[in-house]
Amino acid sequence: MSARERVELAHNAAGRAVPTMVNGKPQIPFLGTGKYQPRGRKAAPPIFSTKDYPDSGDKRVADLETALRQCGLRDGMVISNHHHLRDGDQVALMALEAAARIGVKDLMWFPSASFPSQKNAIELMEKGVIHHIEGSMNGPLGDYCTQGKMRGMGVLRSHGGRYQAIQDGEVHIDVAVIAAPTADFFGNADGSHGKSACGSLGFALADSTYADRVIVVTDNLVPFPCVPWQIQGNNVDFVVEVESIGDPAKIVSGTTQITRSPDRLRIAELVAQFLRAAGIMKNGFSFQAGAGGIALAFVEYLKQMMKQDGVKARFVRGGSTKFLVELLQEGLTDYILDGQTFDLDGVKSIASDPRHVATSPFTSYNYHGKGNFASLVDAVVLGATEVDVNFNANVVTHSDGRLLHGIGGWQNCLFAGCTVLALPSFRDRIPVIVDKVTTMTGPGEMIDVVVTERGIAINPRRADLLDAVTAQGSKLPVRPIQDIKAEVEKICGKPARPKLGDRPCAVVKWVDGTVLDTVWQVS
Amino acid sequence: MSSAVETTSPRSAEAGHWGKEVRSDVHVAFEARNSGGIEISLESRVAPYYGSAILEQTREVLGELGVKHARVAIHDEGALPFIIAARIEAAAGRAGVALGKRSLPEQHPLPPPSQKDRLRRSRLYLPGSEPKYYINASLHAPDAVILDLEDSVHRGEKDAARILVRNTLRAVDFGPCERMVRINQLPLGLEDLAEVVGESPDLILIPKVEEPEQVREVDRVIAEIKQRHGIIRPIWIMPILESALGIENAFAVATATANVAALTIGLEDYTADLGVVKTVEGRESQYARSRVVNAARAAGVQAIDSVFSDVADMDSLRRWGEASRAAGFEGMGCIHPGQIRVIHEAFQPSAIEIEKARKVVAAFEEAESKGLAVVSLGSKMIDPPVVQRALKLWSGQRQWE
Repeated sequence: MSARERVELAHNAAGRAVPTMVNGKPQIPFLGTGKYQPRGRKAAPPIFSTKDYPDSGDKRVADLETALRQCGLRDGMVISNHHHLRDGDQVALMALEAAARIGVKDLMWFPSASFPSQKNAIELMEKGVIHHIEGSMNGPLGDYCTQGKMRGMGVLRSHGGRYQAIQDGEVHIDVAVIAAPTADFFGNADGSHGKSACGSLGFALADSTYADRVIVVTDNLVPFPCVPWQIQGNNVDFVVEVESIGDPAKIVSGTTQITRSPDRLRIAELVAQFLRAAGIMKNGFSFQAGAGGIALAFVEYLKQMMKQDGVKARFVRGGSTKFLVELLQEGLTDYILDGQTFDLDGVKSIASDPRHVATSPFTSYNYHGKGNFASLVDAVVLGATEVDVNFNANVVTHSDGRLLHGIGGWQNCLFAGCTVLALPSFRDRIPVIVDKVTTMTGPGEMIDVVVTERGIAINPRRADLLDAVTAQGSKLPVRPIQDIKAEVEKICGKPARPKLGDRPCAVVKWVDGTVLDTVWQVS
Repeated sequence: MSSAVETTSPRSAEAGHWGKEVRSDVHVAFEARNSGGIEISLESRVAPYYGSAILEQTREVLGELGVKHARVAIHDEGALPFIIAARIEAAAGRAGVALGKRSLPEQHPLPPPSQKDRLRRSRLYLPGSEPKYYINASLHAPDAVILDLEDSVHRGEKDAARILVRNTLRAVDFGPCERMVRINQLPLGLEDLAEVVGESPDLILIPKVEEPEQVREVDRVIAEIKQRHGIIRPIWIMPILESALGIENAFAVATATANVAALTIGLEDYTADLGVVKTVEGRESQYARSRVVNAARAAGVQAIDSVFSDVADMDSLRRWGEASRAAGFEGMGCIHPGQIRVIHEAFQPSAIEIEKARKVVAAFEEAESKGLAVVSLGSKMIDPPVVQRALKLWSGQRQWE
């Protein structure tokens, strides 16, 4: 605790006070987009030799405890998991509890995201098994962090930022434990088949290639070879067979649901109309939208317009759902480039259709690479908890400072040709457009359009978009963002700003590893 | 209950709703006391942002209601101020205090008065006890919103709904939408009028009308309240015919007062009255609907169709709307915003009709400017009724645009 009391703060290029040291490591404050140019070489795992692995290829051991022991898990190490099984995952806690039985302490848990069902990690932090978590936290884990109970500082990274941090050596994974819906004894693994199928395993790619030691845990062991393999067995030390890696009902949704709220449907339709009016929806274009209710409805509206106008996309980016799968099957897109798979239709499609391709944070999002797919996408439709009059947006905290969401691919997606935030103008009575966001997650210079049920605000930096939609005499309700804000405040009243604490409990990293903002302890 | 008990024991009551599924409403538990001043407790999902604003507003409202001693427990689910005020007033009223006193929210400027023959293709029903639907209703661009005090409001909630609807008329910006209220059947409906007419609704729907006298009674009461409040803008009336007798008296009802602007039909009750099943095709109500159209036209008012109750079946809704327009109706009710566009499209004249009307109107204007009595298009003489229809269609089209 005392080390955290002495945290030194610096103001970064976004005007935010951020710690200069996080969990004992010096930090670079955000310098502005595209300003930080690291030099040097990537991290690499140690060299291993085939002689140390069985010629039979059979790397199975009895259980996770044995595997962790043989990996040499010790106090203070970093243990990682992926979150493709979402709220249904049982492997992460299985691994952490096995570590507890071995008697190790002070682990840094490094999941690609955590979920409410993993709230038992709190107990493990209380017992000293986990020192702190670097990864998205929400629900009970988020509260534990923002109440200042975690011994270390939380570090929130985007999917691309997590890959970057591993690749650049900012986070060194000692042991990666990879839940695999299908695997062979050699460690080849895949997510698209098996009773716990989840689609892509892309989030585990960095872990499998950069960790010192890699354990694959599966509930569907198939004879060699496991085909296809997204995780290469050549990176895997041990394979553990278990009864179940997760609860299928919570791994993927049976069906993802479009919003039924008329107001949210209106937002979705306005987004689609905007992309059409701005000339973005044209032959060969590409887009990405998430699996939230508004995003799904947007896909449906856009699909109707694509049909009406005879327009076909070259590719769409997933999170895939049945709505994207339908686009593919109806010939409205050539490919789905899929980062994660949200429902059963998505899982079935990625397992059977060669045009439905699994991607990873390396191909899609990693900023320290020779380009990535995110900037090739013409339009992306995202959510946010708050956006300010300068188009800066917050996705990680509620406006009272509590952690609400991870960053996910959100920051990485801002590099698309046109970034659209689709938001209700107020939630409960709380206005979404504010003077200054509680936690800066994305700089306004990268956010082009905010679509609410009360109108569309175009970032003044994007005069081209404004010209494009107004030139054709479109009837879209385009308004200055301040106008929408004023109207909502007239309806709701101007909210008081909750007082945040002055003690950092987590940081938000930008895609290049610099520190964009601080999450403060709430009282 | 003896009067001694009434004056010595605290009188408690509650109003509004709370719970996980409740949005934009508030629950108020009110306990009238004889001493001890005002005591307020607040639980709210928006407490960090609006907690002190809600406390301040509660004190203000109680002050306006003349309440000096009370314990008020507020459980807020993100209600807007005009809703909070309505719920406090309802709870206090139910506790038997502040009777005859009102706490009116800030007045949003009234829209221009409504024209008798304005466009009424769609009217969106908003249940009188569901405040979450009000604030964004006009964004879905119906021609009218209708705040309903009748069938969508439970018997025990009529008093609270009345206050809520009154505050809504006063505080909510419904943009260009006509602001309608459906009152209850008489005599309960007269209590509704006493609460809402002072806030200048544009039109009152009277349910289950069977006799012209019912319309005249409502008209008289509206006139009295208007006079008391100094309201001069019109408040139109749309009687709803929902029984065999009502249909029989359609023309008498439509002509009961000059303030009847439209006549409409309620098919659920009408088919129940006939003892027949209501179908998607609507053959069982063909006679009644034709009768309504004919009576309305004869009276010089609009004929407006019933609602279509399957909100998922847009194809049948479209067919219904097109048939309805072909039969002479000028609009219908919507029970979901998703129906509005389909209805507008169904009631939209075809491009051919519009083009023809445009030509006839141009010919008419030319004839007028030349002082000619006969309107002709090319070599063809146009009959006066055709001209009238074209003028009506063209002005409707301009309103629509």
